[in-house]
Amino acid sequence: MSMGALLRVALRALAVNKLRSALTMLGIIIGVAAVIVMIAVGAGAQARVEEQIRSLGANLLLILSGARTQGGVRLGVGSNYTLSEDDAIAINREIHEALAAPALRGGAQVVWGNTNWATQIYGTTPDYLEVRQWGLAAGRIFEPAEMSGAGKVCVVGQTVVRQLFGGTDPLGQVIRIKRVPFTVIGVLETKGQSMMGTDQDDIILVPIATARSRVLGAANLAKQRAVSTIWVKVADGYDTVAVQEQVSVLLRQRHRLQPGAEDDFSLRNLAEFMAAQEASSRVLALLLAAVASVSLVVGGIGIMNIMLVSVTERTREVGLRMALGARTRDILGQFLVEAVTLSLIGGLVGVLLGVGGALAVARLAGWQVLLSGEAVALAVVFAFTIGVFFGYYPARKAARLNPVEALRFE
Amino acid sequence: MDAALIHTRDLVKVYQVGDNLIRALAGVSVNVERGESVAVMGPSGSGKSTFMNVVGCLDRPTSGAYRLAGQEVSTLSADELAVARNRHIGFVFQSFNLLARTSALENVELPLVYAGVATRERRARALEMLARVGLGERAGHLPQQLSGGQQQRVAIARALVTRPALILADEPTGALDSRTTLEIMALFQDLNRQGMTVIVVTHEPDVARFARRVLRFLDGRVVADEPNAAPQDARRVLAGESAVAA
Repeated sequence: MSMGALLRVALRALAVNKLRSALTMLGIIIGVAAVIVMIAVGAGAQARVEEQIRSLGANLLLILSGARTQGGVRLGVGSNYTLSEDDAIAINREIHEALAAPALRGGAQVVWGNTNWATQIYGTTPDYLEVRQWGLAAGRIFEPAEMSGAGKVCVVGQTVVRQLFGGTDPLGQVIRIKRVPFTVIGVLETKGQSMMGTDQDDIILVPIATARSRVLGAANLAKQRAVSTIWVKVADGYDTVAVQEQVSVLLRQRHRLQPGAEDDFSLRNLAEFMAAQEASSRVLALLLAAVASVSLVVGGIGIMNIMLVSVTERTREVGLRMALGARTRDILGQFLVEAVTLSLIGGLVGVLLGVGGALAVARLAGWQVLLSGEAVALAVVFAFTIGVFFGYYPARKAARLNPVEALRFE
Repeated sequence: MDAALIHTRDLVKVYQVGDNLIRALAGVSVNVERGESVAVMGPSGSGKSTFMNVVGCLDRPTSGAYRLAGQEVSTLSADELAVARNRHIGFVFQSFNLLARTSALENVELPLVYAGVATRERRARALEMLARVGLGERAGHLPQQLSGGQQQRVAIARALVTRPALILADEPTGALDSRTTLEIMALFQDLNRQGMTVIVVTHEPDVARFARRVLRFLDGRVVADEPNAAPQDARRVLAGESAVAA
């Protein structure tokens, strides 16, 4: 029998018991919809994590000034400026696969005209942009003369642009940071939220020497070259963990730490941390999809159940078809196509419901969802497979009927 | 052309029902030539149904030989039997066995579907057969829209559509009133006159009198195999009844 003829026979058989067919499909509909929604939610969560990794910059190490012990009291990370600008210079000099940018940071009130805004001031080097893989939307970064001469220039983030300048082009404007006038020479690209939810665009970059002498330095006059953080980017294609080890060894050496002594700095591999988070979100997505597919399998069992009932009810029909010349594969095909038709129609309705459901989740719960064609195709293929798998046993049962007994069946 | 359309020798069929072995056929040797008209009679349990199932290639004998149109069929596989049924035999059942919610035309087409005949030819042949049984105007009707006699005509058209060598009818008039019975028997007689071999299984002597040969079964054996010297003409009986009614 041709595929079209089989399909027509199947649709007619399913139309006989519309309610029953619909209820049977419901299992598949719910299963497919659940799989699609779960994959969309999982993929959305994963995409969010990936976006954060991208915004942070891949292969990133973060070195924070270490803990200081003062009279037996151990103060937390960053309580002492144990890192210096020279550490960053040493890293750049000694470890070729690493690019280090020191940073001295602090909060400050910024004034332009009659508006003002509290933001983060980052004293750093031009390498910072490269390390963070952060581009400029306009203008330029500090020139060597501005670095060495503590030039009063700054590069502003998008949030600062919005809060301080409104519609005005910030380039060339003079703003006051702690009453010191700075000329805006560049504007950063949008970076978005950090993993912790802080606004990375709420920032002003100034040359590190300027930051120390004019803006943030007062508290740390004792340590002229001290910095709070060093950002290190590991060049593409190099093992972040190996570089991390090299940096650690170099810093211990420079800080003259005895073997066994605690690090006086804290070295964090952010990419690794992010990767772990990504892995956990992927596991979560997989778990959700697995739970959803269980419902699909349950739907398949429903199909098998109904197909078995249907085969029994139509024993005489099977007997007649056999008498008229239907072979094993004709009967097998007929019932298999019927089961697959059930599961595929269920699958397609499930896709519509799933896509709608995912969009509703995005709208109502505000979660990020990511609908992919692959997930939809996967769900449909899965539904099809379920139909074949659970339809096969009833179909084989029908195909193996004895024609004499089937014809006599009441 | 080979001698007999149906040639059976020592057909034995044994069923197991619980602990009992039931010998439904106990050695049946029968020949049926092409163009014959045979009534198979006997009380229930006589083995006539089992004989029909074996002759109809629905069932295999426990032992014995059966050649249908020169081909040994007692040893064929289930699928080979299906092909043999499709090619050689047209079945007519007591309860018509039409597919519900399926038009007369599609019901008649069904054997051709399994024979792998293309749609266009299928349709043409099915329409031709419906016309031949006098239902050309009702091709699009569903079984539930047809009378019992009309349904049986559709079933006969379905049996004829593959141009089989043999029509095998199992109590074809058991569900019909006497007038419709005569109409159906007249149709069988017409077909037989055109050269079709017709075997009718029945327990009604009224039906058997239209056949030219009568096989009587009892306890799994053929106890009588006699020609009907003067078979009645169903059409003439029908005309007579109409005359009486008028």
